[in-house]
Amino acid sequence: MSILVFLEHHGDELQKGSLGVLAKAASLGDADAVLVGGGVTALAAEAGTYGAKKVHVADDASLDPPLPQPRVDVIAKVVADGGYDAVLFANSVLAADVAAGVAARLDAGLNWDLVDLTSDFVGKRPALQDSVLVDVGWKSSPRVGLFRAGSFDAVPTGGGAPQVENVAFELEEHSRAAKIVDQQLEESSGPSIEDAEIVVGGGRGLGAPENFSLAEELARVLGGAVGATRAVVDAGWYPYSAQIGQTGKTVSPKLYVALGISGAIQHKVGMQSSNVIVAINKDPNAPIFEFSDLGVVGDVHEIVPKLTELLQQRRDA
Amino acid sequence: MKIAVCVKHVPEGHARIDPGSKRLDRSGEGALNHFDANAVEEALRLKGDGEGEVVVLSMGPEKAADSLRKALAMGADRAVLVSDEAAAGADLLATSRVLAAALEREGADLVLFGQQAEDADGAVLWAAVAERLRRPVVSQAAEVTLADGSVRVKRQTEYGYDVIEASLPAVLAVSDAINEPRYPSLKGIMGAKKKPFETLSLADLGVDAGAAGEAGSKTEVLGLGDPPARADARKIEGDANAAQAIVDFLAEKRLV
Amino acid sequence: MTVRASEFPPPFAAGDYVSEPTDPADERIEVGVLIVGAGPAGLACAIRLGQLLEEHPEVAERLGDVPVALVEKGKQPGSHLLSGACVNPRSLRRLFKDRYRIEDMGSYGRVDGESVYALTRRNAVRIPPPPTMRNHGNYVFSLSRLGRWLAERAEEGGTTILPETTAEKLLVAHGRTVGIRTGDKGRGREGEQLANYEPGSDIVAKVTVLAEGTQGHLTGVALDRFGLRGDEPQVWELGVKEVWKVPKPLDRVIHTMGWPLRTAAKYREFGGSFVYPMGDDMLTIGMVVGLDYRDVELSVHDILQELKTHPKIRTLLAGGERVAWGAKTIPSGGFHSLPARLHAPGLLMCGDGVGFVNIPTLKGVHYAIESGRLAAESAFASLQRGATPTTSLGSYDEAIRDSFIWQDLYEVRDMRQVFGRGFFVGGALASAMTASKGRMAPGKMRAEPDADQPLLRSDRSKSYPAPDGTLTFDKLSSVFLSGNKTRDDQPNHIRIEQRVPREVADLWVNMCPAQVYELGTEGGDGTVTVQLAPSNCVQCGAITAKGGRLTPPEGGSGPEYTVT
Repeated sequence: MSILVFLEHHGDELQKGSLGVLAKAASLGDADAVLVGGGVTALAAEAGTYGAKKVHVADDASLDPPLPQPRVDVIAKVVADGGYDAVLFANSVLAADVAAGVAARLDAGLNWDLVDLTSDFVGKRPALQDSVLVDVGWKSSPRVGLFRAGSFDAVPTGGGAPQVENVAFELEEHSRAAKIVDQQLEESSGPSIEDAEIVVGGGRGLGAPENFSLAEELARVLGGAVGATRAVVDAGWYPYSAQIGQTGKTVSPKLYVALGISGAIQHKVGMQSSNVIVAINKDPNAPIFEFSDLGVVGDVHEIVPKLTELLQQRRDA
Repeated sequence: MKIAVCVKHVPEGHARIDPGSKRLDRSGEGALNHFDANAVEEALRLKGDGEGEVVVLSMGPEKAADSLRKALAMGADRAVLVSDEAAAGADLLATSRVLAAALEREGADLVLFGQQAEDADGAVLWAAVAERLRRPVVSQAAEVTLADGSVRVKRQTEYGYDVIEASLPAVLAVSDAINEPRYPSLKGIMGAKKKPFETLSLADLGVDAGAAGEAGSKTEVLGLGDPPARADARKIEGDANAAQAIVDFLAEKRLV
Repeated sequence: MTVRASEFPPPFAAGDYVSEPTDPADERIEVGVLIVGAGPAGLACAIRLGQLLEEHPEVAERLGDVPVALVEKGKQPGSHLLSGACVNPRSLRRLFKDRYRIEDMGSYGRVDGESVYALTRRNAVRIPPPPTMRNHGNYVFSLSRLGRWLAERAEEGGTTILPETTAEKLLVAHGRTVGIRTGDKGRGREGEQLANYEPGSDIVAKVTVLAEGTQGHLTGVALDRFGLRGDEPQVWELGVKEVWKVPKPLDRVIHTMGWPLRTAAKYREFGGSFVYPMGDDMLTIGMVVGLDYRDVELSVHDILQELKTHPKIRTLLAGGERVAWGAKTIPSGGFHSLPARLHAPGLLMCGDGVGFVNIPTLKGVHYAIESGRLAAESAFASLQRGATPTTSLGSYDEAIRDSFIWQDLYEVRDMRQVFGRGFFVGGALASAMTASKGRMAPGKMRAEPDADQPLLRSDRSKSYPAPDGTLTFDKLSSVFLSGNKTRDDQPNHIRIEQRVPREVADLWVNMCPAQVYELGTEGGDGTVTVQLAPSNCVQCGAITAKGGRLTPPEGGSGPEYTVT
């Protein structure tokens, strides 16, 4: 299987998510990478560490803005010229649009929201709010796959320097019809709940509205956002904008820490697709323990301050 | 100014996967995908009191007419339903072919999609459709302003936001943060029945049956796998070492 | 000192829900006949009107663009419909004549056999079905599904159905009902207007038909406003049911009595359970309990969970999966609790809203349909050229009196009340009454309002099974399965006195099948403040029976039933 992986970058760094997909691809077959942007050639070498044998580079000032369609033009050419069996992407705002555009351009099948891929190219995809895993396949080549963010760890495979090849590309007319006229990079005043990679949720087990400071402090030291259950929002302890659940927001962060949350299904459906769930609750029979990765039966008021302190020390070290 | 909005009728209530077809059981009741309601709302705001037209399109079974009528009740001017047995079981690729054909026929200045589908079956459709129409595409639109011959979009990304100017005709996917969809007024609901509603077959669009539906799909569902198990789920007592145990666990998972 | 819930009445005044039209004349929505409620009564009324207007186009013309409009507070017709149900087909046949057969209406088949069991905790003794419980010739339906089917027929006949629309106020001008005002949408928790606020509208009509079902909001308002209540108060049962997908089909209809309900008179636990087959792979199981019970720890939701653990019941569900859940009250006062009059100028009332339910047979759907049909005929008569609306609408009461609805309810008129004397005494009396076709009655017994019952406390909750997630479940999981996704950020629609004695608070907490009520802060004087989670509410109506008052929340809220 020859696989082409789209490597995304931001500033001077290659995106960990796409490096993870690259490492996975290298374990499945021959993996090459494609890198598109302005002044990105220097980043190509790193791709070898994660398993890329060859990196196709399209390096041009016109490709610097993170717009999807020029990337579709580049990748389509590379795939056609290189005869790749599969093109894989790690999800991001940009990559999603690129993957779909590539699929349409090449008239290729696209499976997205994948969390895994077997050696015989069966994709695994969660469905129904992550309660089931569906096996999906492709009927023809090339196979375009879009993986959920964070599906694979970016583990170096110990590969050497890759072959770097410049891509002679041409942009389609419609790929030149959009321009970035302004960019604002947001300084973290804390991420929004939906975008946060880490969310700390507070429930009735916190005991009183003042105790939400426990959740806030923990979120601050973890660099995450604070969410709340419907029960505490109903009781006026926290604003509705922070409500997570069936009638609130749905989140799927890398880490969800549930403080004093029982895990009623109305809340569960709003956060069950979180990668890792840690729950602290006094009640050993709380339903949340049935779907958390680490369940701690204990008092949040004792455990959380200590946890926050330890994490702070770790950060300072 | 003609604005086309692609909407989807999604299953409501307790969603289940039909063990026979291995696809989402769509036999029950359905409703307008709430992300598409944001797109309809945005289209109505962009049209405002002006002279333009907002047309809503959907590809689906006959029941999808309900969602189109809801959009008409909100204020859209015209609805088009592409309903054909051969279009059933379509994956993203096949769906994008059919929608692109329907949109070509409309010749809209702006095409809007909702950012996601509640049943997670239609995500990323807009980029595939834009590619077939050969038009610029901007997704995650949190703010949209029309200018002469172009559209200005504030796109939300992981890092903040970009302001993008794209020439018309263009395709946009709007995020649900962009607006609060209006409730259809009673007059709107009653008036919806009188608005033009077209039902088209694949033949009407000049799309070959082999290019649509399951036949035209290049991906397939192979079966239901095991539920994603939370491997090594652990439960510990909240004693004096609990906090440290949590830190160790987080470190092990490379989360801190 | 005994406490009664009725001593703590809710802050509710019917007069707040009556007004004259306030929209400017050209903004009012004008329709010919306005029906409130897409249940069997309202839909039958709409269908019959469609038939009549088709036969008489000259009348239809005079009714304008929208001759018949039907407002429904649920997301769509069927979303708020829940019943057993073994339906007597006579009303459907009468409504549709030869146009449709019962088999076309989505039923799950004819009732083939039935069994009645008296249960104890471990045993089930088969007893001959009392004459009131013979279901031969009846059809099993999901009322929600039937509602959707009837709605399609109503629309085909020309009715405009407006879902997600509540009837919040009755519009009355010069003593005559002229329509309704619909509820606002897009208000926040404190009543403030949100970004997409949409005010309600005045819908004015020549005739308004209230078919709101149990605890109908405007029905209650109208009965008070126009002085239409009878001598006897209405009383209710609470039904909680589930639908299960099962590997082994059920071959008959089952009713049970006895356990888990207690038979001693002091508890006043009247009711029983039903299990009905729904085709080859589904069944429905439900528990019905009179709301005149006295034990503050009684929870019908949990008694149903308890029932499922009985060996006889457990086997019926073995290997199955719960696929739906819901709850709704049923008016049970029967004949004596009917209103004194069913019409007022410009207004007709039908169905469960006015209490057309035969509790001993657990039947109400066919009465609802027949009453809706009769309401349509009177409404139509009043719209004819030269008709005197007052006389015509009055003809509705006459028609009801001449119908089998009246006859049937009269025959069983005291049966419910006798069960207040306890299961065994009551059972014997009930059989005697049936055998004698109502002639041998123990004399009229006053019904007391459910909220007037003196409260007591037992340790009943000890026997409720802990939810295991496979056979037994907790209330929040049940609410989820009802399809309830009510928007949280809206005003509270439930009226209760919030600071009440502990017993009353516990009564409500346990009564509510949807966990709307919770114990809040204690007042230190034996009182407690009750906290609410109104978005859990499935609008069953139990609170209105037991001391509070349910009003309609924003249109589209509440459960989204499909197979109940």
